[in-house]
Order: sequence, then C-alpha cells, then structure tokens
Amino acid sequence: MKKVLLIILVIAIYQAVNSLFPNSYFPSVFQIFEALLKNLSSREIYLHIFTSLLRILIGFSIASITGISLGLILAYDQRLKDIKLYIELLRPIPPIAWIPIAIIIFGLGNASAYFIVFLGAFFPIFTNTYFGAISVPHIYKNVASSFEVSKFKYFLKILLFFCLPYIFSGLKIGIGMAWMSVIAAELIGAQSGLGYYIQLNRLLLQTDNIIIGMILIGIIGNLLQKLIEFAEEKIIVWN
Amino acid sequence: MIHIKNISFNYPAGNHIKEKPVLTGINFSIKDGEFVSVLGRSGCGKTTLANILAGYLTPQTGEVLINNIKVKKPGKNRIVVNQENDLFPWMTVWENMKLANSNEKEINKYLKLVNLKDYKQYFPNHLSGGMKKRLSLARALVVNPDFLILDEPFDSLDYRIREVLHIELDRIFSSTKKTTLLVTHDIDEAIFLSDRIIILGGTPTSVVGQFDINFLHPRELSIRKTKKFVQYKDKIKYSYV
Repeated sequence: MKKVLLIILVIAIYQAVNSLFPNSYFPSVFQIFEALLKNLSSREIYLHIFTSLLRILIGFSIASITGISLGLILAYDQRLKDIKLYIELLRPIPPIAWIPIAIIIFGLGNASAYFIVFLGAFFPIFTNTYFGAISVPHIYKNVASSFEVSKFKYFLKILLFFCLPYIFSGLKIGIGMAWMSVIAAELIGAQSGLGYYIQLNRLLLQTDNIIIGMILIGIIGNLLQKLIEFAEEKIIVWN
Repeated sequence: MIHIKNISFNYPAGNHIKEKPVLTGINFSIKDGEFVSVLGRSGCGKTTLANILAGYLTPQTGEVLINNIKVKKPGKNRIVVNQENDLFPWMTVWENMKLANSNEKEINKYLKLVNLKDYKQYFPNHLSGGMKKRLSLARALVVNPDFLILDEPFDSLDYRIREVLHIELDRIFSSTKKTTLLVTHDIDEAIFLSDRIIILGGTPTSVVGQFDINFLHPRELSIRKTKKFVQYKDKIKYSYV
C-alpha cells in the first residue's frame, strides 16, 4: 500500500511541477498515459522488450556459466590464481567503454549486445563466486578429507553448495549490471531493443515515448531482480 | 592399538609473530576399546593434538600409529567430532550421513542409535544443539572408524543437554566399544566417560599425569555423587593446577 502511495505521490509531484513550469519537451502525466496506451496497443514495443530480454538471457547465461565455473575452479586450484590477476585487470573497465571495440569486432547487432551484457554480468558473478569459494571453512575441508570424499564430489556437493549464497549475491548484482549494459549497448550500437527505442524517440523528439521506455526499463529490471530472488528462495532452502 | 610417540608441534612464525612451541614430547597409548580423555586448560594445545591424531596437522617430531600404521593424512579409520558445528547445513540429516557412508542399512542403524531416525529429512539448522551433536556422532560412527576423536564436542551446549549427551555417549560407547579419545577441559565430563585420563600441562604442553578411572560401563549420572568420583576429581584437580 505504501509503495502505491509513493508512486502516486511521485506522479502528483511531476504533474505539479509540469503545470507550474510548462515545457514543450516534457509531457504532462496525461500525455504520458495516453502514449502508454498507444504503445501497449502496438506490436512494436513488445518486439523491443523481447529483443532486449533475449539479449540479456543469452549474455547473462554465458556470464553466469563462465563466472561461476571460473570462480570455483580458480579458487579450488590455487596454481591457477595468476589467471585471476589478469581478470582483475579487466574488471575496472566499465562495459560501456567496451562498446566501440565490440562494434569493431562484432559489428552493429546482437553479438555486440551479448558481449556487452556478458561483460556487465560476468565480473560480479565471478568475483562473488571466487570469494565464496576461497572462504570455505577449514572444518568442512577437514570433514571431507576425513571421509575421503573424492575431488569431484567435494566440488559438486560441498564447494558449490557452500558458495550458493555468494553466487546468488553475484547473480543479483550481475542481472542489474547486465540490464543496464544491454540498454547502454542498444543506445549506441543496435537497431532494436528498449535502448534503441529511447534513442530513436530522442531523435524524433518524442519525450513521452522516452519516458515510457525508461519506465519499462525500470519495471523490467526490477522484475528480473525479483526473478533471481525467487530462484534463490527456491534453491537455498536450508536456511 | 593407538600409539602417540614423542609428538612435538610448533606453530610456525608469521608476520610479527614468533614461532610458538605448543606440544613437546607427548607420549601415550590407547588400547583397543578404551575410552581415554585428554584433559587440559583452554589453549594448552588439546585441539592441536586432536588435529595431529586426525592427520590434519603434521608434527615436527614424533608419529601417530594406528594399528601400527603411521598417520600421514586424514582418513576414514579415525574420525573427529568437532567442537564447532561440522555438519553441512545444505544437506539433510540423511545426506550428511550418506556423505560418510552410502550403506542405507548402516545409516538407519546409527540414526536409530542416536534417536534421530525420525529426522532424516531435516536440515541441521532445524535441529537443536544437542541433536546436531548426536548427528555428528552418528556420522562419525557410520564409517566404522578404528578410532573416534571427540574434540570438546559438548562445549557449546548447556549443562542439562550435556548431561543427557554424556549418558547417551556412554551408552553408545558401551554398545560399540569404539576406541575413543575425548579432548576436554571439563573434569566431571572426563571422569564420567573415561577409562583413563591423561593430563596435559606446562609450557610447552606435555603429559603431566595419568589416572585410571574404575567405573563399569554403562554409567549412571548418580556416580557423580559417589565418594570415589569426588576422590578422583580432587586428585585430578591437584595434578591439574
């Protein structure tokens, strides 16, 4: 209830400011609502949403698989720890800074977007998994060695499960980063998707559509976050 | 038969920390089917000794022989029940047991022995402190080790639960006759459960005394009020100080 009231309050403030300081660039709440109805009744917006979601699904899945596997392997086998140093060197580079390189390598289109989404999601997933895996308490390692648990079983039944809360923290940060990255990539180097939709409407001076695009980005980003939280609740049942 | 021969252990030097000798010249043996307690003050190196016996730590000098085989690394012939909770929280009671031994008949047997047969599908976080300790014990027993090492297993539990678990442990020991070493700082616990008590003391720590405890197993809590028990306690207290 409080959330709904807050949304109503924000809308009311926007409308009040809009009425007090009329500006041709910023539409009224009613114009936005009208544009929303128009958009929802057209096929175009759904195609943009679907395209963005597909990009995030592919890029985020690749980032999850590689981030979790590499995090576990590099923490498990300390001989490989130098590889982590190289990964750490790439980490501070924001995904958006990779866009020109991505366009040169992959061209304008899906491959570039997958790559940018991958970069956005990979680092938080990898780092969280790695730090989870290196913090396995000695007592678990001792118990496993006493029971002569095989390396494979240790990896799958102890290390992976111990790291799951860390992995989910990484996934939750990663999905947010991935969503921001896909929008950024679409703003610059794509011909479809919600980012492209905003960019297109900027060129057409359709501010109401830009705002609708932004609202949709917020709502979908939030839903993706909730989806990961839901999966976490269903998987980590022992707490 | 377990032989602990001339064990010495130093914690290595680290940043701003000098090398610290913890154990020196520890010698004693444990007969098959004997329950021995190692008694010593907190921080005297009891857990270090337990870790050496388990194979988690390698001593600077000396060796541990279990049935004339030298301990070189951890293994199923000696299992430790730890002071800390050593159960895997993401595994159910059944899965924790199955990690140690996949024989379902054996798992059922030991879950029954510790009265946890009805809790197979529970996660450790849903069990009480006492139940967790019983599960750790059952998991240790299910692999049928030659030697059971109990490292202050009841330390974190309150007095009432400890008493109940002492009775249960004694009952289990009486029925399995498993060679057991209990590491503790609790004199009453050591006398109640053991056939023999080894006292650790000094700096660095060495064996400073040994006492045979002559009570038949299984034991009743009432023996704690007997004159013999009190005499054992006084004797140990004096050698302990």
